[in-house]
Amino acid sequence: MTEYNTQILPSGDSAILVRFSEQISESINRKVISFRNNLEQINLPGIIETIPAYASLMIIYNPLIVSFKILYREIKEILDKTKDETLSKSRTITIPVCYDSTFSMDLQEVSQQTGLSPAEIIKIHYSSTYRIFMLGFTPGFPYMGETDERIACPRKSTPRQAVPEGSVGLAGRQTGIYPIESPGGWQIIGRTPLKIFNPGSENIFLLRAGDIIQFKPISISEFESISKTQ
Amino acid sequence: MDGIKFIKEGFLTTIQDLGRYGFQKFGMPVSGAMDSYSLKTANWLVGNPRESACFEITFQGPEIEFHCETVIGLSGAPMQASLNGNTLQSDTSYRVFRGDILRTGIVQQGVRSYLAIAGEIEIPEVMGSKSTYLRGRLGGFHGRKIEAGDEIAIKPSGFSDVRQLPYEFRQFFSTSQTLRIIPGTEVSYFELSGITSFLTSEYTVSPQNDRMGYRLSGQAITHKSGADIISSGITNGSIQVPGHGQPIIMLADHQTVGGYTQIANIVSVDIPLVGQLKTGDKIHFRETSLQEAHDLIEKQEQLFKNLYLL
Repeated sequence: MTEYNTQILPSGDSAILVRFSEQISESINRKVISFRNNLEQINLPGIIETIPAYASLMIIYNPLIVSFKILYREIKEILDKTKDETLSKSRTITIPVCYDSTFSMDLQEVSQQTGLSPAEIIKIHYSSTYRIFMLGFTPGFPYMGETDERIACPRKSTPRQAVPEGSVGLAGRQTGIYPIESPGGWQIIGRTPLKIFNPGSENIFLLRAGDIIQFKPISISEFESISKTQ
Repeated sequence: MDGIKFIKEGFLTTIQDLGRYGFQKFGMPVSGAMDSYSLKTANWLVGNPRESACFEITFQGPEIEFHCETVIGLSGAPMQASLNGNTLQSDTSYRVFRGDILRTGIVQQGVRSYLAIAGEIEIPEVMGSKSTYLRGRLGGFHGRKIEAGDEIAIKPSGFSDVRQLPYEFRQFFSTSQTLRIIPGTEVSYFELSGITSFLTSEYTVSPQNDRMGYRLSGQAITHKSGADIISSGITNGSIQVPGHGQPIIMLADHQTVGGYTQIANIVSVDIPLVGQLKTGDKIHFRETSLQEAHDLIEKQEQLFKNLYLL
């Protein structure tokens, strides 16, 4: 792989995009997150918020408080410091998932596509841990990867009008969780009783980019008892 | 209890302020007023802080009965409006009393009008903002648009002056706008001829326009190789160009990340103009510099500071 020079680009007059690569990889995403953490630490006045994605960080700023020039210089300095990839520790979060046929609407379809039995697909899915590369699409939706090649599958050709809240899906080499009922085309293989988006509570978002996710298979009765605590 | 009651709901009325910042990292859109300039001028009319929540009225306005004594003002798209049968002017504030009826009709120019009420709209803040995010069903009044029969508590501020917005702050909403842009993060992904099309031809607002974004139609903007990028953050006013070559302007309720090339970003002071354009209206883009975009922000900030000293 050729060396990619990190780019610092204005994205309009109130944001700067720091692009680390034009490819998806875990090590690049790690860089994005450590850079984000380092940037947050200096707490520079005028930075409103940041949006981490697979291989880039969007920094939203108020040009009345901090000039582009100063922000650019700060970003460069932090990038130099981030080079060694001294990793800030990732949180590991366990998400219970019920893979019962009541919830796993697309398990048969994935089974046909992959040639694996539903039981094998489920086992492969919960046997690895996944990194949250970014959140988006709907509030709190985690894009996680990479899944085992054996369970890679395309999105549904016709997206569903309404995917139920908590649904766990597959798309390409990614897995995700629907935080709210919404339209969507991921192949649904299970459901979590955990509320990953809770606008009424103090902890509104359960997950953040950079977290490591471990799925834990649960039965329907466990699903129901956890649901009650949410 | 002080408040207002909606007798008729109009086409689409939502509560908006300047938006919900700090949660985009979780995928939460910012929302907020589509025409933030007019939200600020409406708030000035009634002596509110600039960033206060208002009612954003789209196309056709509601009918409201007042159960409080306060001051109201309408700014943004001018529309037919009357208080107890007496005609109201835009960009002017009026005193209202218990039992008064505000009737509003169809906008005469532009799309969105802002109704400010002296005091506070008493709804809970969600993640630091009162803005309604319709798709997420949160913020505003129970996360939805205003419906007939809704009663909303108002805490009057006690402000009782009436004002007119100084002439230099008034806006005329044309059906054709020139929007200033600065080149975007993926400008190098486009053919030179594509960039030329973008900067020299006229684009039309398609029927697919809402609070999330405006799709335009016109001369196709050609990419060098492809339109898809690895999803990255997007900002208010950014212009995405998918494979078909027709631009999309991302607005208040836009998703936080996207996978299409961004050719340009509309400068901050021009973004409010987009929210006043409707299907069939025309757009030209004109390139400017980052420095000029920043100068424009400062100039506007100074104007608003002076206005608030009046």
